[in-house]
Amino acid sequence: MRTVTYAQAINEAQEIALTRDPSVFVIGEGVPDAKGIFGTTIGLAQKFPGRVMDMPVAENGMTGICVGAAISGMRPIMVHARMDFTLMSFDAIVNTAAKWYFMFGQKQSVPLVIRMVVGRGWGPGPQHSQSLQALFAHIPGLKVVMPAVPADAKGLLLSAIGDNNPVIFIEHRWLHALTGDVPKGYYEVPIGNARVAKAGRDVTIVAASYMTIEAMRAAEALLQEGIAAEVVDLRSIRPLDRNTIVKSVQKTHRLIVADTGWKSFGIGAEIVAMVAEAGVHFAMPPVRIALPDMPTPTSPALAGSYYPTGIDILRSALVLCGRKQTVVARIVKEYAAAITEVPGFSPDQPDPTFTGPF
Amino acid sequence: MIKIDKKLFYEMLRIRMVEEAIAREYPKQEMRCPTHLCIGQEAIAAGVCAALKKEDVVFSTHRSHGHYLAKGGSLRAMIAELYGKATGCSEGIGGSMHLIDLDANFLGAAPIVASTIPVAVGVAFSRTMLKKPGIAVCFFGDAAVEEGIAHEAMNFAVLRKLPVLFVCENNMYSTVTNILDRQARRPIANLASGHGMTAQTVDGQDSGAVYTAANKFVGFIRNGKGPGFLECLTYRFLEHCGPHEDGPALRPAGELARWKKNDPLSRMGRLFKGKEIDSMKEKISKEIRDAFSFARKSPFPSVNREDERLVYKEDHQS
Repeated sequence: MRTVTYAQAINEAQEIALTRDPSVFVIGEGVPDAKGIFGTTIGLAQKFPGRVMDMPVAENGMTGICVGAAISGMRPIMVHARMDFTLMSFDAIVNTAAKWYFMFGQKQSVPLVIRMVVGRGWGPGPQHSQSLQALFAHIPGLKVVMPAVPADAKGLLLSAIGDNNPVIFIEHRWLHALTGDVPKGYYEVPIGNARVAKAGRDVTIVAASYMTIEAMRAAEALLQEGIAAEVVDLRSIRPLDRNTIVKSVQKTHRLIVADTGWKSFGIGAEIVAMVAEAGVHFAMPPVRIALPDMPTPTSPALAGSYYPTGIDILRSALVLCGRKQTVVARIVKEYAAAITEVPGFSPDQPDPTFTGPF
Repeated sequence: MIKIDKKLFYEMLRIRMVEEAIAREYPKQEMRCPTHLCIGQEAIAAGVCAALKKEDVVFSTHRSHGHYLAKGGSLRAMIAELYGKATGCSEGIGGSMHLIDLDANFLGAAPIVASTIPVAVGVAFSRTMLKKPGIAVCFFGDAAVEEGIAHEAMNFAVLRKLPVLFVCENNMYSTVTNILDRQARRPIANLASGHGMTAQTVDGQDSGAVYTAANKFVGFIRNGKGPGFLECLTYRFLEHCGPHEDGPALRPAGELARWKKNDPLSRMGRLFKGKEIDSMKEKISKEIRDAFSFARKSPFPSVNREDERLVYKEDHQS
């Protein structure tokens, strides 16, 4: 095993797919340029001339064009450096791509991958930072995945490319620099399977995308208090791995859902409802940790309090596990201090090496 | 020329008679889906599709019966689809607004205005990348050019010199809103010229003129010269959706009567003897009776609402 970044893992998955299947192509604004979508497409245009390409600034039309290509023998990978711009293509994604297989009586499917990057940090503000997985996951006909670690990024992307349906592949900007063990060569991580990132018996933390990283940090801190949290990394939003989540809450009877999107009508709402419908007994009311119902502000001072972190997860877990207010306050304070004492810490950077603009 | 005239006339007559049969049967409330008839506009479907080969693909809109039939779509499967039957071309899931016939390379019709235009361009794009023969044709109405997605698709088709023929059926109405309330006064073809492609406006009630123009366009498109745009001036004799006429509240006085004098069928019908037309009608009537009987006798589909296989293709690329 070797260690590579999340961005390199995505780059590698596309390179493998382009090599093994001549019907794969990669298209998006800025895909072949020197920066290569945060490094995820660097070098591909040179290795695969004519198959890794830029496109007009026309998200809706180009998505429709990729649907046309997909129903006639190609397997397009579309790339959007900011997820916010995919709203321009909501028509082609929802009305066309998601419906095509169903509405013509299962005659033609749409093997299309749409990569979308969620921006965060260095003040991307209201229109460059939206995490819209709930919008896409609401639509029958779409699959939605949000890998949190490099190995899953590669395996899920290869799985998405091989899938015969439209797959929304969501990358959080703060994950691109994350390193991890990634197997060489071709492998798939099946869509629809969550990953138990850490086993535990006391409280279940279901996390999506970057919030998995925050959840793991909180889980470490909880261990010191003798609380074994089970962290379930969703990986797939739709289809949702109901079994893994329900099984975990049946064991812990305590549930926290940590999402990168907004709270109302979001992933947390869906998961809490699903577990409740499954008849699982909650020892304490479930908790949703998500963005406040407000668009993202730009100033680092404002963004710092806008985004929930491991602190919020830690605090909720301690309360769910019956710790007294004084104990909760002490542990949370220690945890917060340990993070903010890292030299160069800023709440709008994942770590000091990650400098703006990004 | 006589041979092509006969082919065009027969195709138009067949579309007209099918649409009339649907209009006749529609009030029985057995075809329970929005149905947009193309009576008055048959010359365009017949003229354009006569210029195409089997390998060429066609996309269309909510008003697609004529395009589907002219490209060789199965009449039985179309009528069954209108009746919502399991034998329908979309297994009863799509209805009149979602026709498809893969054998005929009629790759799909959809009612979101302009939504199939980029899909047609995408098929042309993949044909180019895969070096496969055949062109893509997309039929759409005058309102489609008001949608941004149409222009996004046209721009890319010109940029990549893709083999696409855009066919705009300008019948002047979007539902009941007149084009003068929606667009500036200029030929729609100018918009396509603005994108840098060859464009032409033709009399859409003259199937011979449509065929001649389509043939010319298809010729250069096939030779890799890039896309073309054909605007066809036409008129819808019936209401936007359903079997009746629009009536005086919705159309200026005398407009329908004027256009009926410009009926593509009567214009071309003069070339044929009454006896010849009668025998065509007899043959078509038989085909229509068979299709309706097939549709009525066919079973309804049944759906397990939990069955995700209807929504997602299960198999995975190996």
